[in-house]
Amino acid sequence: MIRHVRTACHCAVLAALLAGCGGWQSVLEPHGVSAISLRHLIILIVAVCSVVWMLVMIALIAALWRNRDNSPASPGPQNERRMTIAVTGAAIATVLMISTFTIMSFFATRALSVAGPDDLTIRVRGLQWWWDAEYIGPDPSQRFETANEIHIPVGRNVRLKLEGLDVIHSFWVPSLAGKQDLIPGRPNELTIRAERAGVYRGQCAEFCGMQHAHMALLVFVETQDDFDRWANAQRRDAIQPAAEEIAAGLQTFLAKPCAACHTIRGTAAGGTTGPDLTHVGSRRTIAAGLFETTRGSLSAWTADPQTIKPGNNMPMVPLTPDELRAVSAYLASLK
Amino acid sequence: MSGPATAPDARDIELERSRLTSALAETWRTPSGFLGALATVDHKIIGRRYIFTAFIFLSLGGVLAALMRIQLAQPEARLLGPDRYNQIFTMHGANMMFLFAVPVMEAVAVYLVPLMVGTRNIAFPRLNAFSYWIYLAGGMLLWIAFALDMAPDVGWFAYVPLSGPQYGAGKRADIWAQMITFTELSALAVAVELIVTIFKQRAPGMTLDRIPVFVWAMLVTSFLVIMAMPAIVVASSSLILDRLVGTHFYNPAEGGDVLLWQHLFWFFGHPEVYIIFLPAAGMVSTMIEPFARRPAFGYLPLVMALIATGILAFGLWVHHMFVVGLPRLGDSFFTASSMAIAIPASIQVFCWLATLWDGKPVFKAPLLFIIGFIVTFVIGGLTGVMVASVPFDTQVHDTYFVVAHFHYVLIGGAVFPLLGAIHYWFPKITGKMMSESLGRSSFWLIFIGFNATFFPMHILGLQGMPRRIYTYQPDLPWHGLNLFVSLSAIFLTIGFLLFFVNAISSLRGGVTASDNPWDAPTLEWATTSPPPSYNFALIPVVGGLHPVWENRDTLSVADGLRSDRRELLVTSLATSEPQVREASPQHSIWPLWAALATTVMLIWSIFSPWAVVWGSIPVAIALIGWFWPKGTPEDEA
Repeated sequence: MIRHVRTACHCAVLAALLAGCGGWQSVLEPHGVSAISLRHLIILIVAVCSVVWMLVMIALIAALWRNRDNSPASPGPQNERRMTIAVTGAAIATVLMISTFTIMSFFATRALSVAGPDDLTIRVRGLQWWWDAEYIGPDPSQRFETANEIHIPVGRNVRLKLEGLDVIHSFWVPSLAGKQDLIPGRPNELTIRAERAGVYRGQCAEFCGMQHAHMALLVFVETQDDFDRWANAQRRDAIQPAAEEIAAGLQTFLAKPCAACHTIRGTAAGGTTGPDLTHVGSRRTIAAGLFETTRGSLSAWTADPQTIKPGNNMPMVPLTPDELRAVSAYLASLK
Repeated sequence: MSGPATAPDARDIELERSRLTSALAETWRTPSGFLGALATVDHKIIGRRYIFTAFIFLSLGGVLAALMRIQLAQPEARLLGPDRYNQIFTMHGANMMFLFAVPVMEAVAVYLVPLMVGTRNIAFPRLNAFSYWIYLAGGMLLWIAFALDMAPDVGWFAYVPLSGPQYGAGKRADIWAQMITFTELSALAVAVELIVTIFKQRAPGMTLDRIPVFVWAMLVTSFLVIMAMPAIVVASSSLILDRLVGTHFYNPAEGGDVLLWQHLFWFFGHPEVYIIFLPAAGMVSTMIEPFARRPAFGYLPLVMALIATGILAFGLWVHHMFVVGLPRLGDSFFTASSMAIAIPASIQVFCWLATLWDGKPVFKAPLLFIIGFIVTFVIGGLTGVMVASVPFDTQVHDTYFVVAHFHYVLIGGAVFPLLGAIHYWFPKITGKMMSESLGRSSFWLIFIGFNATFFPMHILGLQGMPRRIYTYQPDLPWHGLNLFVSLSAIFLTIGFLLFFVNAISSLRGGVTASDNPWDAPTLEWATTSPPPSYNFALIPVVGGLHPVWENRDTLSVADGLRSDRRELLVTSLATSEPQVREASPQHSIWPLWAALATTVMLIWSIFSPWAVVWGSIPVAIALIGWFWPKGTPEDEA
């Protein structure tokens, strides 16, 4: 009876702990098909293991409690026999539990692969320390690139082609699916399907150097209409600047080394080592999830990327205050 | 080696006890003074030194852990920048695994195994001295690099390409790889010494089924070292070659493979965990006997579990690689083998529980640490079963869940038994008892502090917190638990400080211990505490698994060894019947010179491949000095 009460108490504590976990980057708040089935598996295994631990603890406490008097021990053949039976029984129970977990895990792995044909393919590339996402449409004119943010339609199978371009990174959006590494020379794939609209955060999970901590990405799960609208906007070239300061910003961008690393479609800037900035103003964050995109944060980043995110690959480009204002105004206008 | 009979007074056969002990003391003496200390080959002196050094590295690693916890207590803290933080977590991992956990187990074995099997010194005592010096040099290399801001920053696992020539700038990754080489040398040497000592120097009558469980554990561990180390030798040598002479073992652009590194590293790195855990399990099986006041239940299953763990340890390295995209069927095989290792581990736990169940527990500090070990190790084992499941692992791999898991296994599973073992064997090693009240206080602080520090990390991992991040943003829900974890770490730190205070103050002013203060049954307690330089005046003869309990008054002894020269009794492997008398080497300064020459060569080779050529000359000279044959009267006769 006590055993049942204790087990129940323990389960309640565990449930409370698990319920307390929250956030937009949590295994325990799944919104994608594979993350949801993983949560079921995780809770089941954790519950079974907690019961096992409780049983071992009860046995330990009982073992320490029962012979508290100070008389010398008297091991006898009868005790030995009884203990042999108990230990054998416990070992058999362990083998059964382990086998069940193994079989469960095997079937859970098979169930993880998202069923059905792919509706959308995105090539996701990991670099020190940002994410490049390339939307591959049925014909080449449909393709476009964005960085650190992925938009997907809700309820659709999205195939991610994962490639590491420099070192090993790991793509992990816990609310949607388990992680998968991006390994140089060994492309991987992961199919995700989100069940609910929302914004989910993901973060590189494999140590990839100095700014591993700041390699986040956002996944926007939208209705098909919203997604189509977004994708059409992304396919367009960058807006031609109308205002004078913004036009000066473009000129500065092209005159300075910026254009050597960044692409802005519709302009002469065609560098490929840094993120594509064609619609940078429309992204919620810059610097791989580090800041909200505002003219101020764009300005701060452009002025001194090394102090803000030490070790990243963007060099400091000397700009006059006027140039800096113009460039950040231009970048912020790239909706 | 068994030569013709010499003058009768040279043998221990007919000497009266006091003349015998003074003759042996003279023969086995370590020369006095500083030079004598450097030249000693006494396994007890080297073992003590080894244990002390390992605990220094433990404290240094603990300081690093404290720094990381201060940094992570607040989001976006600015105490440590990313560069320093990455060095610190790399140093913490490498230091704890390579400079503390493995060496400390070897160190305890270097001290205890010869005593437990009833011999006068470890096999190859000069190699033993060498292995300590080389370990010290490797550890100093790492810490001096850290002081010079040149410490490795690529993680203790040093994955390529991050550690390769293109991304691992400077000499940091080279220092990591060379530190590994130092550790390999040291660990391999000790493994060979232990295997030979255990196989060939056991006391007469100590058949295979009378070997203490700790000695069995060290035997299995030594074989693990010998089989796992070649993988890391290949891995780190290829890395050095990639970095120094431009080979492309790990460069996919030139036909290399980055996953090759992970396979080689984990083929070594997973058995490494059992290289740490098995000695600890052996300590528990040995210590539990005097505190349960009965023989450990299930000698055979305990030993079989050690061997089974040792074999299975090589079949599950891929569970570190479940998210790299290997074929699913292969993953399932490694799920099964990873889960299967829980079976021998649980059998050991059940045997210890049965021992306590039928025993009359004496609640002294060592038993408290054993209880703490069972409580925490079972959690670590169960989370180990969890991460062995591929789907489970895809969510928790490289998160704080895994950080929590392996600290439960390593601190719960190895450090708790080790601290218990220090309390338990302290009187044997020093002749003084550790303070019981300080021991209990430090246990409770460490036990509560440990659980409060590491348990919440399971939840942090499920909440999506990755490992190895130097900071996190305030909009993530990790702040509260991280602060709690950092505050709890204070208790853990105070607990360890109290343990050190206890050890130091007991050494100075502790109660003098009797020869066998715990009424323990194994052979090391059959001599004085601390043991004389020659360990046993006469070699004991063993008639059972618990020689001291079975022959409480007088242990029967074997005689016939010379007292005027260092001699050991060599016995047969299975039945431990006396075979020959074997000379045991004299103290020598040459192992130290050899270690220094090797150190120069290894560090130099970080900068130039020619170091391997020119640097080997002083090594050769030192080895010639080391092995220079000296005539003995018996040879001449």
